[in-house]
Amino acid sequence: MSNYLSDIQLTGLEIAPSQVRGAIRIVPLLKHNVRYDLRLQGYKYEEPLAMVSLSGELFDRGIKYCSYIPDGLVMSWSNDGSPVVASGTQLGSAKGKKMLGGLLRVIPRMSKKIDRDRLRFLPLHLAMEGFLAMFFSGPEIAWSDYSRRARSQGLNPRWEISYSGRSIIGLEDALRVFEIHQRQVGVIIFVAEELASVFVVPTPEDYRALHTSLLQDFYGELIFQYACMYQTTYPMNMTVDDDKINNLEDLKQEIEQVRTSWADWQGFMASSLLQRPVKTQQVYKAGSFTLQRFLTDLDSHQINHIGEAIVRDTGELEYLKTYRLSETQTKRIHLLSKLAEYNWNLNDTAAGLKIGRDELIRRFKRTGLDYLLTEQATRLKDFNIDN
Amino acid sequence: MKTWLEQVADIEREDILMFINSCFTCTGQKEFYSDAEGQKVSLNFLHDYILGNYRLLYARTLAAGINHFNIGQIIIKLLATGKDTLPEHKEEEGQLIARALQNLPTQRAWKVLAQLQTLRINNRRSRAIVRDYLQQRKELSFDAVKYRLKLKSIAVHNHLSLEGELGTFLFTPQQPKRYQNELFENFRQAHFTAEAIYKLPFTIAEGLAAKKGIPRAEFLTRIEPQMTRGEKLRYLQTAERVSTRTKQVKLDVDWQRLSLTRLALYILSLSIEDRKAEFALLQKALVTSAQRTCKKTGLKLGKVAAILDCSYSASGSVEKRRRPLGIALAAHYLLEKCASEYRSFWTIPVSEPLLVQARGQTDLATPLLDALEWKADLVIIISDGYENDPPEGAAEVLRIYRTKLDRSRQTSIIHCNPVFAPDTFSPYILSPYIPTLGIREAEDLPTLINFARFADGDVSLKELEDYLALRVQQMLTTSEFTVHYDAK
Repeated sequence: MSNYLSDIQLTGLEIAPSQVRGAIRIVPLLKHNVRYDLRLQGYKYEEPLAMVSLSGELFDRGIKYCSYIPDGLVMSWSNDGSPVVASGTQLGSAKGKKMLGGLLRVIPRMSKKIDRDRLRFLPLHLAMEGFLAMFFSGPEIAWSDYSRRARSQGLNPRWEISYSGRSIIGLEDALRVFEIHQRQVGVIIFVAEELASVFVVPTPEDYRALHTSLLQDFYGELIFQYACMYQTTYPMNMTVDDDKINNLEDLKQEIEQVRTSWADWQGFMASSLLQRPVKTQQVYKAGSFTLQRFLTDLDSHQINHIGEAIVRDTGELEYLKTYRLSETQTKRIHLLSKLAEYNWNLNDTAAGLKIGRDELIRRFKRTGLDYLLTEQATRLKDFNIDN
Repeated sequence: MKTWLEQVADIEREDILMFINSCFTCTGQKEFYSDAEGQKVSLNFLHDYILGNYRLLYARTLAAGINHFNIGQIIIKLLATGKDTLPEHKEEEGQLIARALQNLPTQRAWKVLAQLQTLRINNRRSRAIVRDYLQQRKELSFDAVKYRLKLKSIAVHNHLSLEGELGTFLFTPQQPKRYQNELFENFRQAHFTAEAIYKLPFTIAEGLAAKKGIPRAEFLTRIEPQMTRGEKLRYLQTAERVSTRTKQVKLDVDWQRLSLTRLALYILSLSIEDRKAEFALLQKALVTSAQRTCKKTGLKLGKVAAILDCSYSASGSVEKRRRPLGIALAAHYLLEKCASEYRSFWTIPVSEPLLVQARGQTDLATPLLDALEWKADLVIIISDGYENDPPEGAAEVLRIYRTKLDRSRQTSIIHCNPVFAPDTFSPYILSPYIPTLGIREAEDLPTLINFARFADGDVSLKELEDYLALRVQQMLTTSEFTVHYDAK
């Protein structure tokens, strides 16, 4: 079996019935066969801002990734399948340098090897960085439609806005009252029945330790808005069919059936991510584990996710963290990918998308990319429509 | 079709049941799923609603075996609205208030009376109640030392004429050179000599010792004879902490005489290692306490199964640490002693109940099915009613069991809920097919089992009123006061 994900499947995991608090629905993911040859541990950064040096030495010229990064993860693995000894989170030089009197931390690389069998990486930022690098390159041919800035620098700086878990109303409370199962290794979080994130780690102990880190993660704008708008989830219930029951044994089986129905239904609710084809990029290969980042097929009519995963050689999912892209984000990268496909030529792209040039310009405006164009290029031919 | 009057009676019955049920459990404190403010607002509304609509039954609830916090609330609310009492009920209400106040633990009774001042409640009846309460106190000078500020404000508010040195002690304590009363004299001396501190009640001595800078270890060793059982239990871990190699502090707790739920809560506060180390002692204490409670209440049961919730939500809140789990653990030992045949089913199976921890999901369906399969006569479910693995699993089991598998009700099933849900004004129900009762302490189980038939729904308002009237009669005629574990 290949180490690369072709689609997201919860291999080796079992979906348990959800726990609801306000508009937040948290679905536990359980694992039966826990092996301890891969462990994840979290550690905290204290600084309000972090700058990741993506290539070269810490202070070399080159691309930097700036964000609020409250925590990082350390993966430890063993090559022979023996249990990993938890060796603490001593990071050494991988921790980076504190600057500006504790306001800024400069971190070397998104993922960095600390030891022979330990790797430090920045959860979700890894995926986000990949996402930004992949699409936001800018025009390669200096078409006159593009502004001088776009021609010389592309979309630099490439940026996206996200919301911290703390600003998602009700998430903190939902995580507080959530009852962690004994064999639980992950969760699927829905906000107002919209898939917000999936989080999976290798062992139940790791999950218990990282449960509250879900609050430090970042979520899309839509999730933030839904949490503001909705007070409750959609009421749903699985009932037992009276007619099938004649004795306690039947009842027992039916209750098991209810459990299965919950699992199936919640799996279905997460179908915007599960079983969707994904594009994958390997980040690091550690023994039989592959750390990779991915994004779904970017079908603009569907909900899309980006994320990162660690997959075992056997195809079992050991680590997963996802971020739901908003509609605007999806549309933006759809537009950017089409532009890239047609070498950033506006007329060719419009023809390729089977729309008029005016409509393409409007799409630039709607997705907030019109700053790339010269003012002359943004003038529409038919004036009676919005500008 | 029910007549209009019957419908009114039904509503009244439901209201009263809801109220009594809430009074069994709610204490206006923070719970796992809700905050203290929500609990207070909800409960306060319920009190006002019942007081305004069913005043006589509201007063009679004092005899229903409700928790101390709500007894205090009812007394205050009745005293505040005395003029609404119908003339024919005045005497009964007065007697009920007086007796309920006497039955309250001392510290709670004084607190209730002191609250009359802050709430500016002052009328002829309230003054009479206070006067009578003071009169029947056997050791008023002890109370004056231990609850000095409360007694002072009560005396001011009610214009009490205090006899002997009591008035001087409360209002001008520094004036006399010597007190005739030994306790007052100790209190006076304690401000000058360390020796006298050890003759005072523990709570008072503690402050004075801190003022004098007496080392904690020395203080705890010497004050021990003055400590109540509850205080010793509370300070066990402190004693261990302040012990040094040269000075070991040992508090001699009378393990045999502690109240069951209090003991269970103490045990749960210990780490698993400590519980294992002291296993035999703790086990024996729990069994003895359960035996004593069982004997006192005279509860005799047949084949009993208990479904006990040890999910994470049983850890309670900062204000009620592990109380739901404590009640479950205490109930386990109590039912074991009271039942001829007993089995417990925990939501997450535990090898040894004493080592139980509040962890994991709430799966009530599986243990419930196991209990029903075991064919118990009585199934008692102790849970906060929030089940999530699967949601409504036990509710479905109960629905089908009641409507299909056990129509003749061979098995009685009771749900005891240690948590008050403010948004429903009652403890959260697991299923409408079984009675749900609030529970505050495992010792209340006999009362609750008795009361369950009312909550079950087929009993008329008349019967409920009769039951309450009977409880009132019992309360007013029994001369003995309830002795609380706290009493020295």
